[in-house]
Amino acid sequence: MSDKNVLIQVKDLKKAFGTNQVLDGITTDICQGEVVAVIGPSGSGKSTFLRSLNLLEVPTGGQILFEGTDITDPKVDINRHRQKIGMVFQQFNLFPHKTVKQNIMLAPVELKLMTKDEASKKADELLARVGLPDKANAYPDMLSGGQKQRIAIARSLAMNPDVMLFDEPTSALDPEMVGEVLELMKELAQSGMTMVVVTHEMGFAREVATRVLFIDDGKIQEENTPEEFFANPKNPRLKDFLSKVL
Amino acid sequence: MNNPMILASVKEDFYLNFIKDDRYLWLLDGLKTTLIITVFAVIVGLIIGFLVAIIRSAHDKSGSFKILNAICRVYLTVIRGTPTMIQLLIMNFVIFGAVSINKIIVGGLAFGINSGAYVAEIVRSGIMSIDQGQTEAGRSLGLNFSQTMRLIIIPQAFKNVLPALVNEFIVLIKETSIIGYIGMMDLTKGAMLIQSRTYNAFWPLMAAAAIYLVIVGILTWGMNKLERRLRTSER
Repeated sequence: MSDKNVLIQVKDLKKAFGTNQVLDGITTDICQGEVVAVIGPSGSGKSTFLRSLNLLEVPTGGQILFEGTDITDPKVDINRHRQKIGMVFQQFNLFPHKTVKQNIMLAPVELKLMTKDEASKKADELLARVGLPDKANAYPDMLSGGQKQRIAIARSLAMNPDVMLFDEPTSALDPEMVGEVLELMKELAQSGMTMVVVTHEMGFAREVATRVLFIDDGKIQEENTPEEFFANPKNPRLKDFLSKVL
Repeated sequence: MNNPMILASVKEDFYLNFIKDDRYLWLLDGLKTTLIITVFAVIVGLIIGFLVAIIRSAHDKSGSFKILNAICRVYLTVIRGTPTMIQLLIMNFVIFGAVSINKIIVGGLAFGINSGAYVAEIVRSGIMSIDQGQTEAGRSLGLNFSQTMRLIIIPQAFKNVLPALVNEFIVLIKETSIIGYIGMMDLTKGAMLIQSRTYNAFWPLMAAAAIYLVIVGILTWGMNKLERRLRTSER
């Protein structure tokens, strides 16, 4: 891994909600071009881990270095770094009062990264890329769950992020719509995007991920290439977990 | 009494109360004052209300703005815990007691500061009703707190609380009828002046009531239309 460019360095990350220690010392590096799948039982802290990476959850201990800057330092302008960290949510969180295209254009224009014309062109490109060019003027409430999630991905991509975080992106979808979203994520991974994906889709983790993390009790219990991870799980909890989900 | 006689007496009363000496002008001038003060108060109330609501909900969500939040809470407690009438009298005789100042400003400020407290709680409930995921989506794109509020949260919250806000303004219009106590002639006071000249309570008071009713009716109608348009645009 030493020849790779480290994008996010997580050092002894801790997060407690009151007396509840959700993350109990997580250390890992996320390198450019990696697709890291994070799996674990519910309540294991995997979502909290992901949400800590862009400081939606403020860690109570440890460090997160994003492109060399410690973003847990309160003096750091987190908004600037968040522009480079895309995030896709389980509940989509599209802005219901804006059209699809406005959703995509809002942040780049407001943050003065693009002119309106540039953002509009970019939005059209992205809509074509996610296969929904005809939905530009639709409102989110008119779309299916799968379409919403594809728009949410396009909205994140409009910021030209260096890394994309996915928080259970298919968990709120009807089964027949999971495929279209996973397919788009797969294309994204193949295009070289660095991705961290909290997921219950073991097929996706096995097929698309370059590395799989198993988090339980707020710690990384095991991490490995997907082949090894699924074929030869060593941690007894992971074995137990895999026996339940596979 | 037969019908022609009733008609004649109605005509006579109408003439006495409204036409003679151009008495209808008292109602008209009064109405103008009522409307000006209401608009003034609505603007003041909206500004104060939104500011207080944003401070309060930011504090509720993230614990920031501790001191400002405490000030806001004192404001809400005092304003909602004392009669509007007393607030108006204090504004006129205590705060602006020693200076000569346009009463429209005194009344507009008093009613605006009063209304702001109610607007604040309405808007705050609207902000709190917007899913936390909306804030997170905005912040994760790199927008700061105020950009997220202005572009994402407030527009949605505003739409949700629009009926309650219009309702507050309807209350406000009617509440301005106490402004006569600081010596201004609004619609109510105008009616009372006519009554004092004609010794007839029925006509001027009924006329004033009808005018209030029409204004409120127009507001309600406009609000319903606006609300329907806002709802249908997104589906």
